[in-house]
Amino acid sequence: MAAGPALGVEERLPQERQATRGMTAGGGCCKPRQASLRRTGGTVIEINDLYKYYGERKAVGPLSCTIEAGEIVGLLGLNGAGKTTTLRVLACDLLPSSGSVKVDGLDVVDHPHEVRSRIGYLPDTPPLYAEMTVREYLIFAARLRGMTAEAAEKRVPEVEASTQLDGVRDDVISSLSHGFRQRVGIAQAIVHRPRLLVLDEPISGLDPVQIVEMRELLRSLAGEHTILLSSHILQEISETCDRILVIRDGVIGASGTESELSTQLLQNVRVEVTARHPRDDYRSAAERVRTLLAAIPGVLSVEREPDEVTQVGEGLSTYLVEAQGDVREAICETLVKNAVGVLELKRRERALESVFLQLAASDDQGPRAPRTRKRAARPAPTEASRGGQS
Amino acid sequence: MRNTLLLAGRELSAYLRSPLGYVVIAAALLIDGILFYAFALGSSAGARLSADVLQNFFYYASGTTMIAAIALSMRLIAGEREAGTLVLLNTAPIKDGEIVAGKFLSALCFVAALTALTAYMPLLIFVNGRVSVGHILVGYVGLLLLGAAALAIGLFASTLAKSQVIAVILGAAILGTLVLLWTAARATDPPLNTFISGLALHHDRQKPFMTGVLKLENVVFYLAITWFFLLAATKTLEARRWR
Repeated sequence: MAAGPALGVEERLPQERQATRGMTAGGGCCKPRQASLRRTGGTVIEINDLYKYYGERKAVGPLSCTIEAGEIVGLLGLNGAGKTTTLRVLACDLLPSSGSVKVDGLDVVDHPHEVRSRIGYLPDTPPLYAEMTVREYLIFAARLRGMTAEAAEKRVPEVEASTQLDGVRDDVISSLSHGFRQRVGIAQAIVHRPRLLVLDEPISGLDPVQIVEMRELLRSLAGEHTILLSSHILQEISETCDRILVIRDGVIGASGTESELSTQLLQNVRVEVTARHPRDDYRSAAERVRTLLAAIPGVLSVEREPDEVTQVGEGLSTYLVEAQGDVREAICETLVKNAVGVLELKRRERALESVFLQLAASDDQGPRAPRTRKRAARPAPTEASRGGQS
Repeated sequence: MRNTLLLAGRELSAYLRSPLGYVVIAAALLIDGILFYAFALGSSAGARLSADVLQNFFYYASGTTMIAAIALSMRLIAGEREAGTLVLLNTAPIKDGEIVAGKFLSALCFVAALTALTAYMPLLIFVNGRVSVGHILVGYVGLLLLGAAALAIGLFASTLAKSQVIAVILGAAILGTLVLLWTAARATDPPLNTFISGLALHHDRQKPFMTGVLKLENVVFYLAITWFFLLAATKTLEARRWR
């Protein structure tokens, strides 16, 4: 038999977690932010020199990375970059052409059944049987993953509750909305308490409300599962994931948090300074501050926000300083010594969109605009694009 | 075995919840009934022995059983692939052989049910005639074995095809070739014709069952054909992971 009974699955998982706690965290190209880890449990995914070919065409490779227990990692890339192929190999739906892919130390080629029992996989289109009710489908999915009928009957209501499917549990799947179908897809992926959740475009096609709900659902699952999800929606990856793997032409182009990715690309630091000037001598004072800032060693350029942005009436002016290295202390010191009131001084992170355009787009193709959603909390698009050009 | 039964149960339930199952059963019973009345039982068939009537019934029923088996099997894998649900099975901790076995078992149960529903026709012979119950039973064993082989062929075609339409065409082509091998045997010289004739799915293999003769070699032949195509289907599923 490929899989043991459900009780076996449920009993085995805590032991596996216990066993893997002692494992050394893998290095690879991806070091997680330790502070963001919700649970320590060693390396869950280890990919070394993975190649996958479709006939003569290379879809992925060479791809190497390591993912630690408890992380939510986003696989970000343009369409055709190799995201889905990588996830399918991880889920044992496809076999690698070469290289090694290990989940919990188990190779996907040598131990496919053991790996599958540890993984919950949601493909880009949820694999749902339209004629079944939600309850029937989830019980079938649970039993398919090795649970006994009794264990499945007990587990499925818990999953329905955690994915907020209680209200539609007796509905036929064909009658559900897209958002609910995605939820059912996630429910089938977590029903057997997998150690690793692999989700391919889980937010694709959802409306804004459903996206927020899905993000909350994914964050709530992070305590129990390690999650690897793919998306080409930049902000969603940024908001949901602890760490981002940028994939381009089947290769991991960069890895890290949004801030780390910005730093990797951004050689020059951008600092935003807001200063107060005397209202009666606003123009000359602003020009004086600009000169002072430009004279600071390391500063490459100083731009003052246009008057329609700067609060002239309040005597406030904002400057964008571009410098080699972090010059915030020097700016503060210079302005204070020259009796300029400093209201705000902050380093500007490079917008993920700009980073993504550089990392994900092919050199020969030039950058292609990724799909983005408007978000109020983000810097204005014009600023983001300006940052990308620096 | 547990996974096989689980999959078979779900598949049977899907047959009963979709129009396909009912349409196939209704169409097969209708055609069987018409053929039985017109060519086996009816006046146009002329006066004949009850055993001849029964033999004719099994002859026509074998045709509808093969067609029904191909129609039922087209959705087994290709339908899942079209609906995007095959990935659920591919990523579950079950073997490809269990997937194939579960699918086959469910379709076989459905074909068995369909075959059982035709039982009223041989029983009608008892109104004005007399046939051996053993003859009826052997005939049905032949129908089931032929149905199983046709299902295995259809299932194999379903693993190859991306869509149900292609699956049914491919399945029908393979089945038709195997059925018509006896005509190729006529056009060839010994000993090749014996070999080709021996591979023919219907002609010489099914006739003994129709006449109430149970030969072990024929049973083994149908089981071997079924096993071969199920194995081919399993290997095709496995190979698709490497593609």
